[in-house]
Amino acid sequence: MIYFLVGIAGIVGALLRYFLGIYFNQWWYHDFPLATFITNMAGSMALGWLTAFLPRYKFIHPYLLTALGTGLIGAFTTFSTFSVETVQLIMDAKWGTACVYILFSVVGGLLFSWLGYRLGKAEERRWNKG
Amino acid sequence: MIHHIVAVAVGGFFGAISRFGISNLLRAKYPSGFPVATLCINVVGSFLLGLIIGAGLGDSWKLLLGTGFMGAFTTFSTFKLESIQLQMNRYWKVMISYLVISYTAGIILAFVGMKLGQFFRS
Repeated sequence: MIYFLVGIAGIVGALLRYFLGIYFNQWWYHDFPLATFITNMAGSMALGWLTAFLPRYKFIHPYLLTALGTGLIGAFTTFSTFSVETVQLIMDAKWGTACVYILFSVVGGLLFSWLGYRLGKAEERRWNKG
Repeated sequence: MIHHIVAVAVGGFFGAISRFGISNLLRAKYPSGFPVATLCINVVGSFLLGLIIGAGLGDSWKLLLGTGFMGAFTTFSTFKLESIQLQMNRYWKVMISYLVISYTAGIILAFVGMKLGQFFRS
């Protein structure tokens, strides 16, 4: 059952990523893979927030948390596309863009994940006081 | 258009389930403070996506296996959350090695996959 739920959530995550990619392709013509980058940053922040904040709602079934975190956000963000895009930039001798992409992904991903987690925890504390 | 959407959806369904299954399996088999499961999934997925792109498959196959399956199979958000959790528990060395190994192996294996894939180009 939980496997099926993760799969269904995976469909939503993969489609969101696909549509976001199509949307960005219409107006972003630079080498920097902006669509994947935005997807990964937004997903990192969302997963941090969700992990820190949502478990306090006891009425949310643990299955739903796994489906949302592992299924939806896990499938929305992607590491393989990041790796292949980096290799393609290097093969095209676009070293600068490749370095910026790697550096921004390393630092930005950690930052957004941390930020999401902190926001979730802060919200939880406000909740507990109020 | 609609068959492209179906391809991504089917790939996403099985990609997410595979990640969940393999990650549960590896966690049970090799319990450790190092996120071995996500690391294996991400580097293997990078290699396989490299193969798919290198082989120059048609649009529908690329969307099913690449954007759908491999995109959903590998994950960036869990990778970063695990890194942050290592940092919050002050496992600095583990966090740094997790980051360095993931990025280095991911990029190198994607390159190897793309080169190998070119042999299958029709």
